[in-house]
Amino acid sequence: MPKYLLIMRGTDESNAAMMADIDEMMATTRQFIEEMVKAGVLLAAEGLDDPGQGVVVDFSGEAPVVTDGPYGETKELFGGFFLVDVASKQEAVEWAKRVPAAPGSKIEVRRVPGSDEVPQVDE
Amino acid sequence: MGTADVEAVWRIESARIVAALTRFTGDFGLAEDAAQEAVAEALVSWPLASPANPAGWLMATARRRAIDAIRRRAALQDRYALLAADLAVDSAVDEGIDPDKIDDDVLALMFVSCHPVLSPEARVALTLRVVGGLSSEEIARAFLVPVPTVQARITRGKKTIAAAGVPFELPPAAELRERLGGVLSVIYVIFTEGSTATSGDRLLRPDVAHEAIRLARTLAALQPEEPEVHGLLALCELTAARFPARTGPDGSPILLEDQDRRLWDISAIRRGLAALAKASTRGLGPYGLQAAIAATHASAPSVEATDWDRIVVLYEALGRVAPSPVVELNRAVAVAMASGPAQALAIVDALIASDRLPGSHLVPTVRGELLARLGRRPEARAELELAARLCANQRERSVLLRKAATLS
Repeated sequence: MPKYLLIMRGTDESNAAMMADIDEMMATTRQFIEEMVKAGVLLAAEGLDDPGQGVVVDFSGEAPVVTDGPYGETKELFGGFFLVDVASKQEAVEWAKRVPAAPGSKIEVRRVPGSDEVPQVDE
Repeated sequence: MGTADVEAVWRIESARIVAALTRFTGDFGLAEDAAQEAVAEALVSWPLASPANPAGWLMATARRRAIDAIRRRAALQDRYALLAADLAVDSAVDEGIDPDKIDDDVLALMFVSCHPVLSPEARVALTLRVVGGLSSEEIARAFLVPVPTVQARITRGKKTIAAAGVPFELPPAAELRERLGGVLSVIYVIFTEGSTATSGDRLLRPDVAHEAIRLARTLAALQPEEPEVHGLLALCELTAARFPARTGPDGSPILLEDQDRRLWDISAIRRGLAALAKASTRGLGPYGLQAAIAATHASAPSVEATDWDRIVVLYEALGRVAPSPVVELNRAVAVAMASGPAQALAIVDALIASDRLPGSHLVPTVRGELLARLGRRPEARAELELAARLCANQRERSVLLRKAATLS
């Protein structure tokens, strides 16, 4: 069964909307997680801290450059993920539609290839 | 929305919808028919106009079809039946899925689908169809049988449930453990069909195995206090973790000793070990013990570095709680690794003397291996050739013949 990562991408506005009623958001998210567990599809789920607390390690130059704060000029920031084990891409999309996401945010659905699909390097 | 989208929603919703409909109609067969009608309607209407709430649409449509069926049935009977049906229907129409009851209802659905009055084939077909949300075509593909065969098993199964008057409820406490064992064995049968295909030209059918893992996860979420549910889940996860290393690029099987352990799925091993920890709270049952054996392999860097003494002890324990000639044979393999082939050969010969595994290719396979290790090459070759003649899986057969040829 293929695995998919449901990547939550929020904007400053959607993050602010979510924080405004964080208790409600936490409760609906817990309920959603429970639903996925009972359906036998959830492998992992995590949410990330405020992007302002993050650090960026930039490999553009010869040596990595470390800067504080959110990643570049990107408007949509990675805020958390659900890793699901489902029958099809369509099922992953159907679960993505059910994520209790704040208005303005987006969810990117990406397939995780199996370990037998990744080219192996012989040593 | 296309066919695949309808199927995706159905995969997620089937158990809840059939469970809720069975709860309010009291009729498992009628509920399943109504749910299938709703899916058929969705396949026609969703491509033209996608509903805003696909799950709600399916539930509402299935409920309407169930009510239609009850009315049709009542019309054939007397006025009192009609009144009774109307009462039941009216009180149920406003009811969607009751979040407090739905978990028990999905669980009850698993118990009905795996009920002992059903034939083993019907249990598998009904469980995959109503709990797993697979179509008859998908089930037929999984078990390499014709679609009409699957349809007949489902139809007969529903009739059997109705004729036996199987109630839609959780089994009484006194029967729960035994009935749960029945559900676990159906899930395990589905898993083994995917992990060691009994026929055909492919050794593994991972999609079939994963359906079983999904069912086991659902059961573990609904029955978290039952150690053997976690034991089964652990066994499936740990066995499936080795799938990527179990076949070569051409689909031929690779034995445990030759597998590239770097290909094992580390995340699946981690999930399996976590499930095994939950299974170990009160002494391991048969599934938990098999999972513990799989965990010992999963934690070993190589065949040589495997804790074979521990595996022997686990097989001895398994032989006590679930005696079987296959367990005895596996114990012999472990003893060969722990203490040498001579002791193991004595176990295998005792097994042959008692004739408890007649016609199985596994006995001559193991005996041939042991004889080869003891340097008794002509006898070893004869055993492996016998094993090849008895083996139904083409992939396994060619491995046996190759090995026999190296002994000439």
